[in-house]
Amino acid sequence: GGGAPPGGGGEVPPPGSPASGNWAGLDRNRRGATEARAFSGPGGRLTPREFGNAATSLTANPDATTVNIEDPGETPKHQPGSPRGSGREEDDELLGNDDSDKTELLAGQKKSSPFWTFEYYQTFFDVDTYQVFDRIKGSLLPIPGKNFVRLYIRSNPDLYGPFWICATLVFAIAISGNLSNFLIHLGEKTYHYVPEFRKVSIAATIIYAYAWLVPLALWGFLMWRNSKVMNIVSYSFLEIVCVYGYSLFIYIPTAILWIIPQKAVRWILVMIALGISGSLLAMTFWPAVREDNRRVALATIVTIVLLHMLLSVGCLAYFFDAPEMDHLPTTTATPNQTVAAAKSS
Amino acid sequence: MAEAEESPGDPGTASPRPLFAGLSDISISQDIPVEGEITIPMRSRIREFDSSTLNESVRNTIMRDLKAVGKKFMHVLYPRKSNTLLRDWDLWGPLILCVTLALMLQRDSADSEKDGGPQFAEVFVIVWFGAVTITLNSKLLGGNISFFQSLCVLGYCILPLTVAMLICRLVLLADPGPVNFMVRLFVVIVMFAWSIVASTAFLADSQPPNRRALAVYPVFLFYFVISWMILTFTPQ
Repeated sequence: GGGAPPGGGGEVPPPGSPASGNWAGLDRNRRGATEARAFSGPGGRLTPREFGNAATSLTANPDATTVNIEDPGETPKHQPGSPRGSGREEDDELLGNDDSDKTELLAGQKKSSPFWTFEYYQTFFDVDTYQVFDRIKGSLLPIPGKNFVRLYIRSNPDLYGPFWICATLVFAIAISGNLSNFLIHLGEKTYHYVPEFRKVSIAATIIYAYAWLVPLALWGFLMWRNSKVMNIVSYSFLEIVCVYGYSLFIYIPTAILWIIPQKAVRWILVMIALGISGSLLAMTFWPAVREDNRRVALATIVTIVLLHMLLSVGCLAYFFDAPEMDHLPTTTATPNQTVAAAKSS
Repeated sequence: MAEAEESPGDPGTASPRPLFAGLSDISISQDIPVEGEITIPMRSRIREFDSSTLNESVRNTIMRDLKAVGKKFMHVLYPRKSNTLLRDWDLWGPLILCVTLALMLQRDSADSEKDGGPQFAEVFVIVWFGAVTITLNSKLLGGNISFFQSLCVLGYCILPLTVAMLICRLVLLADPGPVNFMVRLFVVIVMFAWSIVASTAFLADSQPPNRRALAVYPVFLFYFVISWMILTFTPQ
C-alpha cells in the first residue's frame, strides 16, 4: 500500500529551514542568530534567496530541526544600528568570516572538475565581453570607496584579462619603442633602421614575469601574515593575478604615447599611469594588511607601489631611447668646424 | 529482483512470482536452432576502395592535395560564408604559407648586427604558437570549433599577408624613400584588413554571441604583429 512518507518516519521539515537540504552559506544579517540563505540558479550563477527569519521559522514550526551556527570571530561592534557609511562598512561586507566562506563554498561548487580536465580551465575564462570591459573601466577609474576585487572580480576571477592585456602590453612596448627610436633618429645619416625583434622576447619575459611572479610572492606573503594575524580580508591567488593583470591595462595607452619624443611628456605620463594603477593596487591591498602591524602594512603597500614604478621606469629606460634635445648635425662636421664652434661658444 | 505486480484479480495471493520463472526450464541447444549463413554484401567493392588511393600514382596524390589547397586559397581570397575550410581542413596550406613567409622575412645569416629582423625560427614559432594560443583561447571561451579546424582557418588567412610580403619585396627593389614606404604601408593595411575579414567570416560563428569580441581580439593582435613584421622588413 502507498502513502508512506518519503523521509521514512518523523516529521517533514518545512521548506524554509536548513534541514530541508537546500542551503549553503552563512547569513550576513546580524541579529544574533544566523539565518539560512539558500542559493540556487542555473549553471553556477548563484543568487541568494532569503527564506525568512530563523526566529519566525522557529515559531512557525517549533519542532523543525534547525542548525545554529555562530559566526566565528563575530565582534561586538557589528550590532544592528552601528553607523553605516564609514570605511568599515566595506569590511563588513568583505568579512573573511562569511563572505570568504561563501566564496569558498561558491568556489567549491564552481570549480569542481579535477585540474587535469579541460573544463577546469574553462572556469577561468567564464567571462562575457561586457564583464571584461567593466573590469577594464574599473581599473582605469579607481574610486576610493570601491574595492576593485569586491566589485568586479569577487564572483568570478578570470585569466582572459591578465593574459591578453599582458600580451598586448608586450607588443605595445616593443612596437612603440621601435617606432620612437626610428622617429628620434630620423634625420641621421649614420642610423640604419633595424626592427629590433629581439626586444619583443625580452619585453615578454619582463611583463609576464612581473604579472605572475609578483602576485605569487604577494599571495605567499599575505598567507604567511594571515597565519600570524587574523586578517579580515583575504584574497585568493587568482584574484591577485587578476588585479595585477587589469592594473597593467593603463600602460598600453601610456606605451603608445611614449612615442612622443619629449622627456617631460614621458615623465608626466609615467606619473599619471603610476598614480592610477598604483592607487588601484594600494586600495585593493590595504584592507588585506590593515589589521597587521602598522609598519608591516605600510611596508607592504610601499613595496607594491615601488615594484610597479620600477616596472614602468625600467621599460621606459630600456625600450625608449632618450630623446636628445639637439639632434646631431645631419652632415658630418669636419674637425676644423667643431674646433671653431667650440672656440666661439 | 523484479517483482510482478499483484494482479487485481488475485487479492489473496501473498507472494508475487518472479518474472522469467520458467526460463530455466528451457534447454537451448535443443529447442532454438542457432545456425545459418552470414554473407557480407558488397564484399568485392570494399577491396576496391582500400587500394584505390594506395595504388594511384604519386602525381595523382599530390595534384589532389594541391587542388584542395588551391580551392581553399580561393575561399580565403573571396571570403564567403562557406564551410569548406572548416569541413575539409588540412594543414598543408598553412605550412606552405608559413614557410614562405618565414623564408622571406628572415634576416641574413651573415648579419653582424645583433638586433635585426626575426630569424626563420622566430617567425615560424610566432605563427604556430600564436595560432595555437588563439585556438586554445577560443576553445576555453566556449567555442565549438575543433582544434585543427581553427588552426587551419588561421593558417590559411595568412595568405593575404604573404601576398603583401611579396609585393613589399618587389617594391623594395625600387629606390627607398617616403613614397616607397607609403606604398608598402597601404598594401600592408589593405591585406591586414583582408585577413581579419576572412578569418572573422569563418571563425565568428563558432563563438557564443556574448563573447565574440573576446575571441576575435586575439586574432586581430596576431595579424597585427605579422603585419608589423612585414612592414618593418628592411633588406640589408
